[in-house]
Amino acid sequence: MKYLLILLFTLLPAFSYAGEAKDMAADPVLEQRMIGLAEKLRCLVCQNESLASSHAELAEDLRREVREQMQKGMTDQEIIDYLVSRYGDFVLYDPPVKASTLVLWYGPFALLLIGAGVLVFQLRKRRSQIAEPQLSDADAHRAAELLEQSEKPEELMKKDPQA
Amino acid sequence: MMRFILPFVVFVVLAVFLAIGLNLNPREVPSPLVGKPAPAFTLPQLHESTKQFSPSDMKGQVWLLNVWASWCVSCKEEHPVLMELSRRNIVPIYGLDYKDKQADAELWLKKGGDPYVLSVADTEGRIGIDYGVYGVPETYVIDKQGVIQYKQIGPVTPQSLTEKILPLVAELQAK
Repeated sequence: MKYLLILLFTLLPAFSYAGEAKDMAADPVLEQRMIGLAEKLRCLVCQNESLASSHAELAEDLRREVREQMQKGMTDQEIIDYLVSRYGDFVLYDPPVKASTLVLWYGPFALLLIGAGVLVFQLRKRRSQIAEPQLSDADAHRAAELLEQSEKPEELMKKDPQA
Repeated sequence: MMRFILPFVVFVVLAVFLAIGLNLNPREVPSPLVGKPAPAFTLPQLHESTKQFSPSDMKGQVWLLNVWASWCVSCKEEHPVLMELSRRNIVPIYGLDYKDKQADAELWLKKGGDPYVLSVADTEGRIGIDYGVYGVPETYVIDKQGVIQYKQIGPVTPQSLTEKILPLVAELQAK
């Protein structure tokens, strides 16, 4: 009996599969268009889900709204404009470029440029630091002497008849 | 010296940005409707469904439109605050009963008291979408010209009343 129960419980998950958000697909073409648009829109309740995938009641209502507006013959852009006028840019997964989103769009590039600038500056600075040291006359003279001396053993060897 | 100051400054700037970011409430999406005329609707009243209500009836008055529902948990928290506000008789509160069942809504008002001059029933949530409602309760402050001046997302609290809503209402009423 106990094992039977355990067996039953292990089988339980088989019945609990997640279903797609159910919609009335009267016109499959329109439904497809609606889903396509809804994928670009954010659900306001579960904020990291698209309107297409969300099961929230508001998302269902909004899908209905989008569907009905499509049936009325509104274009995708008109529907997006309507939703933005109600919920703000937040409903868009792709925020538009405008004054308040400039940092969002161009901030990373600005940071990249600053980084590149700092890198170039540092490299230039390093190069100037490891520039060829200037030899003083005394040092040059000493170096020449040393070089001369190092040549001498060879000459000695050449002159040595036993070598 | 510069070697230590620069990373420290960068760190402070980053920390400030993160602190601001972490303290923002991602649930509060600023409404684009603030400063715009309140969307028009005509809905049957909750108690007398033969009578209708429309925001245009309120021209010339400052009023609050409170979106509520009997199934809404935070509305319970908000309800006593609204009751107290209606008792003080400062500003009329109108209710938009959002996606609710008539019987549940009436029971809710009978149990907790009715702070609303009247409520209208938005059974299918269509007016809610028009008002950009996404998290009940929400409260709109609408001025004499019918323009939305403020939107409170989430329950009205004694603090939000004294700090924001009531000063705004007084200012709008004086206009």
